[in-house]
Amino acid sequence: MKDMNTTAPSLEEMNLIKKFLDDTTLFLGPDPEIMQNHDLMPRTQDEDAAIAKVSDNHIVAKIRDRLQSGCDEGFEMVEQMGAAPGAKWGDVITGVYSASGDLAIASAGGVLIFSALVHHPIKFIIKNWINEPTVGVKDGDGFIHNDSRYGNVHNTDQSMILPIFHDSKLLCWVASTVHEGENGAIEPGGMPSMAESPSDEGLKMSPFKVVENYQIKRDVLTFLQNSVREPKLQYEDMKVKLFACLRIKQRIEETLKSDGPDALVSTLRLTMEDVRAEVKRRISEWPDMTVRSYIIQDSTLRENCVVKINCKLTKTGDRLIFDFRGSSPEFTNRATNTIVAGLKGMLSQVFLCYVWPDLPRGQAAFAPIEVITDPHSIVDCSYDAPNSQSLMSIFTGFTAGQHAVAKFLYSCPEKFTKVHAPTFNMINTFIWGGVSQHGETLGNLCADLNGMGAGATSDRDGEHALAPIFATMADIGEQELNEEEVPFLQLVSKKMTRDAIAPGKYRGGQGYSMMVSTKDSEQWGFMTTAEGAKIPPLQGLFGGYACGTYPLCKVKDVDVYDVLMNEPEKFRHSIEEIMNEQPFEDAKYSTHHMGMGFEISKRGELFMISQGAGAGYGDLLERDPVNVVKDIEEGLMSAEVAARLYKVVFDPKTLAIDFEATEQARDEERKARIARSTPYAEFIKGWNQPKPPAHLPYFGCWGDDIDTLYMGAPDITRRADEPRPNYMMHPKDVRIAELEARLTAAGVAGDEKQ
Amino acid sequence: MKIPMTEYLRINLETEKWECRVCDHEIAPAEGNYKEGLLVHNRDPREIHPPVIDPDKYKFTFSPDPEWVRILEFCCPSCGTQVETEYAIPGHPPLWDMQVDVAALKAQWAARGPAMLPDAGPSVVAGRAHTH
Ligand SMILES: [Zn+2]
Repeated sequence: MKDMNTTAPSLEEMNLIKKFLDDTTLFLGPDPEIMQNHDLMPRTQDEDAAIAKVSDNHIVAKIRDRLQSGCDEGFEMVEQMGAAPGAKWGDVITGVYSASGDLAIASAGGVLIFSALVHHPIKFIIKNWINEPTVGVKDGDGFIHNDSRYGNVHNTDQSMILPIFHDSKLLCWVASTVHEGENGAIEPGGMPSMAESPSDEGLKMSPFKVVENYQIKRDVLTFLQNSVREPKLQYEDMKVKLFACLRIKQRIEETLKSDGPDALVSTLRLTMEDVRAEVKRRISEWPDMTVRSYIIQDSTLRENCVVKINCKLTKTGDRLIFDFRGSSPEFTNRATNTIVAGLKGMLSQVFLCYVWPDLPRGQAAFAPIEVITDPHSIVDCSYDAPNSQSLMSIFTGFTAGQHAVAKFLYSCPEKFTKVHAPTFNMINTFIWGGVSQHGETLGNLCADLNGMGAGATSDRDGEHALAPIFATMADIGEQELNEEEVPFLQLVSKKMTRDAIAPGKYRGGQGYSMMVSTKDSEQWGFMTTAEGAKIPPLQGLFGGYACGTYPLCKVKDVDVYDVLMNEPEKFRHSIEEIMNEQPFEDAKYSTHHMGMGFEISKRGELFMISQGAGAGYGDLLERDPVNVVKDIEEGLMSAEVAARLYKVVFDPKTLAIDFEATEQARDEERKARIARSTPYAEFIKGWNQPKPPAHLPYFGCWGDDIDTLYMGAPDITRRADEPRPNYMMHPKDVRIAELEARLTAAGVAGDEKQ
Repeated sequence: MKIPMTEYLRINLETEKWECRVCDHEIAPAEGNYKEGLLVHNRDPREIHPPVIDPDKYKFTFSPDPEWVRILEFCCPSCGTQVETEYAIPGHPPLWDMQVDVAALKAQWAARGPAMLPDAGPSVVAGRAHTH
């Protein structure tokens, strides 16, 4: 090499090069340096100095509680005054961030996933706008953000971010985030499953200034309103978020007055460091072990396929490493990809919501936990890939993590919650949009997605339709209130779906059915965005079973409002009865997977879905027969299914249990199990295959070979470290090709010119 | 010391074996995959998740598609307790789900002592034999 003797550039020259590059950056796109990092920023000199002055635990605890109640107050304001349906059921978070942008303290309720994800846009502001002469960060400024490639989960979520100054020094930040929904994307409601590129995903706000002197700038506001389907909501909720931030600011200023800025800065930093240290301590109590799990997504929301989310969780000493390598390659033109920050945000919910709910809410709880992914995979997608339905991948990633973590916790002497089977993880709800009975253009969703069934625990059944995995303290809201604003009714709502079960010694909490039907608008439609109509999206725990699968059912060519008016006796109150009995003559009954693109509905047509069940725990033959019969009585399970699966013997009329016969039946079933099963070594000889089956469009690694990723067929692969485009055909083109092939085969397509 | 690792499995630190907590059956070496000492049944998922709507009329019925997913049921060869399930893509090798560092487990519990053992255990159905 010739340059062996050349001297390296001097520091001065390096700075000059850096300045040149900075000055000539043509586009401040999503910044991997910010987006790939979820750990706390290093302690600053200011923080060191503040901690040297104030570090008394009691003072820190007092100030932390005060800031916590300030955040809760802000949360309450947004929940009460916000216009978005999301705000009303608590799809909201407020928080106080350190001067470096880390979330130190967050509201206790709401969507905690934001707690891991709103620090990214703040760090972008710090890095790019503070010293940018055309922007700057001043007292009275407020910044808005929604583009998930710069932070947060998906583009439905909008944040308002305010810097807090004291004696003209930036002390900290406050922010308020709401799932606003509508954002002008290709489909209403802000989470389009039809998006084939980021350009289909609507408004993409990189962090920018929208508030000066505590006033929303009207020109910018008008532009934002002009870009979405719900302009009034856009304005109203920007104001609400701004005022929530100002209330938290007020509480911070009271603290500054009573305790001074050092106490505040020290509290923020020590809270995070203490939580981080405590998490390391708790992890060190787990057994040193590697746990493997995988969860399958059975669709891209456009077509059914087999998409693997592969998870290997390793704990050594005080290190915990999630390894998602081997998961499906990113889809170039499907919306189910996620940026890796979203996956991390959801994994942090495993801990904040389900394992250590006692820890202060903030970024620190997940900060020391490591995550490994393949770049350009479905769980770590590039910035060119659409990600508006990232929920599909972050929720299945969550479940893989939740399932793996449970296997570490069982033997721990120190537990903060009960060991439990996975919670249901799909947003089985209706997203809706169009023109309401009041002439308003709307686009949003039913809060029923919050009714996910809970997984069974080590000592009791899962609760029904309990809470969403991303916000265990959220609400389902009042459907009747909703119906005053939207032109459809839930004709059946909150009725448990019989036999959609997750059996076990303790069974999973079940889900309820929803039947919606449009009324009073000719311009109204629905979409559904969930997976799990062919393959359950969960795994069971310790011998328990996962949930089953959940389809979308439609009844067309009927006006059920006419039926209810003229022949009400024909109406049925369950999906089972309507689909099996087909009580409306001449109507068309059909079933579909749960990825329904936006579809205009006619008055009186029925769209029917069910919430899902959490997973079961333990061997179902150990289930108390009394609880089996209780499930029959409560309409959760039919008598035939109960008797067949649980081997409980009872009188079909009175449901009186014959305990002795039950015990005998169960003993026989245990013997029958042994008889019908095969020793492992022999079993895998017949079962194990070297490649995915040819009949399945399979994506991801097969077995332990995480270096080879399949892309839809056993003979199409790529190396995990060599990204390649992964295009899916339009489902209609697939169908047309099938039909054309049939025409050709039938010899009737011959005369068409090519 | 015997460390309960799951509802139905424990690791005997003296013998370094996985054992069944219901019938005390010795299943497999503790550093290996406990599934290798169990029996497996390839279950049609429709048997566990019954169709809610008529499979003769409809494509999607609330039952998983048996061509797309199977349930591997792992049971103790001695007492027939269902120790674990795995929802698996047809032909996908079963997972080595719990790969334990036995030396570390021994050290961890030597420091803790038996008084710290979690007390949760499988409930024993009345009249059911413990040993075979
Ligand atoms: Zn046994």
